[in-house]
Amino acid sequence: MAHAAHAHDDHHDHKPGFVSRWLFSTNHKDIGTLYIIFSLFAALIGIGISFLMRLELQTPGMQIFADGQMWNAYVSAHGLIMVFFVIMPALIGGFGNWFVPIMIGAPDMAFPRLNNISFWLLVPAFMLLGGSLFVGGGAGAGWTIYPPLSDAEYQPGAAMDMALFALHLAGASSILGAANFITTIFNMRAPGMTLHKMPLFVWAMLVTAFLLLLAVPVLGGAITMLITDRNFGTAFFDPAGGGDPVLFQHLFWFFGHPEVYIMILPAFGIVSHVISTFSKKPVFGYLGMAYAMVAIGVVGFVVWAHHMYTSGMDVDTRAYFMAATMVIAVPTGVKIFSWIATMWGGSMRFDTPMLFAIGFIFLFTVGGVTGVVLANAGITQILHNTYYVVAHFHYVLSLGAVFGIYCGIYYWIGKMSGRQYPERLGKIHFWLTFIGVNLTFFPMHFLGNQGMPRRYPDYPDALAGWNMVASVGSYIAVASFLFFFYVLWATFRRGAVAAANPWGEGATTLEWQVSSPPPFHTFDELPRIR
Amino acid sequence: MLGLAAMAVLLTMGGAFASETNLGAPVPWGMGLQASGGPIKDAIGSFNTMVFWIIVAITIFVAALLAYCMWRFNEKANPVPSQTSHNTPLEIAWTVIPVLILLVIAIPSFRLIYYQDRARDADITINVTGRQWYWNYAFPDHGNFNFDSRPLPDDEIRPGQFRNLEVDEQLVIPAGATIRVITQGADVIHSFFVPSLGVQKYTIPGRIMETWMKADRPGLYYGQCNQICGVNHWFMPIVVRAVPPAEFEAWVGQARQRFAATMPATTIAAQPAAPITVAQAAR
Repeated sequence: MAHAAHAHDDHHDHKPGFVSRWLFSTNHKDIGTLYIIFSLFAALIGIGISFLMRLELQTPGMQIFADGQMWNAYVSAHGLIMVFFVIMPALIGGFGNWFVPIMIGAPDMAFPRLNNISFWLLVPAFMLLGGSLFVGGGAGAGWTIYPPLSDAEYQPGAAMDMALFALHLAGASSILGAANFITTIFNMRAPGMTLHKMPLFVWAMLVTAFLLLLAVPVLGGAITMLITDRNFGTAFFDPAGGGDPVLFQHLFWFFGHPEVYIMILPAFGIVSHVISTFSKKPVFGYLGMAYAMVAIGVVGFVVWAHHMYTSGMDVDTRAYFMAATMVIAVPTGVKIFSWIATMWGGSMRFDTPMLFAIGFIFLFTVGGVTGVVLANAGITQILHNTYYVVAHFHYVLSLGAVFGIYCGIYYWIGKMSGRQYPERLGKIHFWLTFIGVNLTFFPMHFLGNQGMPRRYPDYPDALAGWNMVASVGSYIAVASFLFFFYVLWATFRRGAVAAANPWGEGATTLEWQVSSPPPFHTFDELPRIR
Repeated sequence: MLGLAAMAVLLTMGGAFASETNLGAPVPWGMGLQASGGPIKDAIGSFNTMVFWIIVAITIFVAALLAYCMWRFNEKANPVPSQTSHNTPLEIAWTVIPVLILLVIAIPSFRLIYYQDRARDADITINVTGRQWYWNYAFPDHGNFNFDSRPLPDDEIRPGQFRNLEVDEQLVIPAGATIRVITQGADVIHSFFVPSLGVQKYTIPGRIMETWMKADRPGLYYGQCNQICGVNHWFMPIVVRAVPPAEFEAWVGQARQRFAATMPATTIAAQPAAPITVAQAAR
């Protein structure tokens, strides 16, 4: 009987009712959709905060923030929201859930219920973090939450604990998701889908999942110790009790550095697909591309202390971390040049996803080369913690990972929703975003060179000029983000019905073999890969 | 009496200062690093310039390749795509050449960090303690007096001074002297950061860390706390004032009296090591 009912569902694409479909969801596509919606909502708040920050910094003096603590709390919230609740849910939870099973020809994720709880852990995590802004003075220790500033003595009240529990929940969500992806990719590939035939997005997700699995528990350990330092009288990070604040920095960055690759690797995967599709060529140097990501993942684990050049490590240790950090430029260069070689000889179309992909390559290069500058501990002695660093990591994240997200949304929205986005609106959105973010973040290199420290609500008057430019840029970027919602609305409202493969011969991965949107159960029988 | 005379000298010198001083501070619409005040910053600056041109070249190279692809290999110009997906020599080249470029960067970079690491034959030592939200400077070689350096609020800023950058008690050092800087923490982590002298070090509770700095010329070198440290993180500036050695000696004499209360009783009784140090500084 049960078997008959199941077969019935399969053949008629029968969907469950609203509550069981969206609240108790076990379908990877629905959970992916939930992740993307969640990420867009979190982005409204995260970007909203950055808008407030740029309003404050537009001119010297304190205008809209009450004091430095409020400022610090908002800066910290902006960072944590963008990292844990915007970029990771969109790229990993959203696109990962949607397309990893389809691309490897699996009927769903390996652990559908685990998948559900991965998503639903994020919701209370986000509520705790958002709520922390309104409890006491907020959690104002930066997203890096270094003790002693994050200790109970300096951040009294529940706000910091709420933020720490938010990280714990988001971390648990990530670890469960990572276990799910690894299991799915290793065990549920369709017949013939060998590891060396897997699409690069799946490779990216595999490496990302391993990074999550190995890095996030270290963060969990660090913040657990911080929570007990704050609440139960331990002194892991308190020198008065035999602890050490620098220990926290090591633990945090042992997580924190792989975390930046966790955010960018899925974008690498998406961009590889898009470049190949719109150049109508297979990806150049497939194996090199896959193993470059593996190399980035591995080396990414042994460079963490380049975030701590001024924390008093001895000079030989700094020399090691400097050398190891520069090594990462090599596999990254392999990826950049392989993308260009994929275009070389191709027959390129410049639809919106391709614009975002090309923009990604260029801007990621800019962020990458400033990373090479910052790898040098000698220069970082005067650039550490300045706006140069802010510019660098926004170029690789705000203009890298976020361009990757937009790239993925435009590439796959027809597949996910059954409606193709209006091309002209997409292009307007691209150019608005491109101009806005560059105008925002490029002048920050100058501010950093001039010595402007990060996390400052007010600054010396000489820095007013570039801050004004950056603020104007950010208003354009915020406008472009709102415009993106209009594009989404227009897509659902009057977008053309999407064909199974709207991109033509270049789109060769499995998701383009199924209808748009794919049936509730994607594969009635497993595809066979030749 | 001597102290008064020194004070008078100081005041007049201070007045002369404002017009012809070397400034290490941000400038309107500045794009590059701040003007240099000493050899560490000089070394950072020249290395940074080298790396800058390398990264500009790489960025232009990538941009040019992208532009060429978009022009030459678009749908109209090249309707039939090639299906090339491998070229081993090319792949080896774009792995090896970046390695070589990195070597070119790494060798001077290592030299720089070992140079920056700590002072050889320091002339004087200064202890820097970061506190919420001011700095404390101690002079262990000069009787171990110490004093707090607090930011000047906006209504005390005089014309020609910089809002958010001025302090009530500047950190006075002899120009031309090698200064060992010992940083230590008291409450939370701060960062002692003077970009124009090329120096930055955290002040971490429970740790004592060492770096060094040197100002070649008399002048004012500004910095700010550079590690988030609470509500007034943005308002704990640093002013290093480098003066000729003789003037430094006068300042020390005067400071030993003003901050006598901070000195251990024994060192006040036994008279100063100051002249010796200044003689060293003058080398």
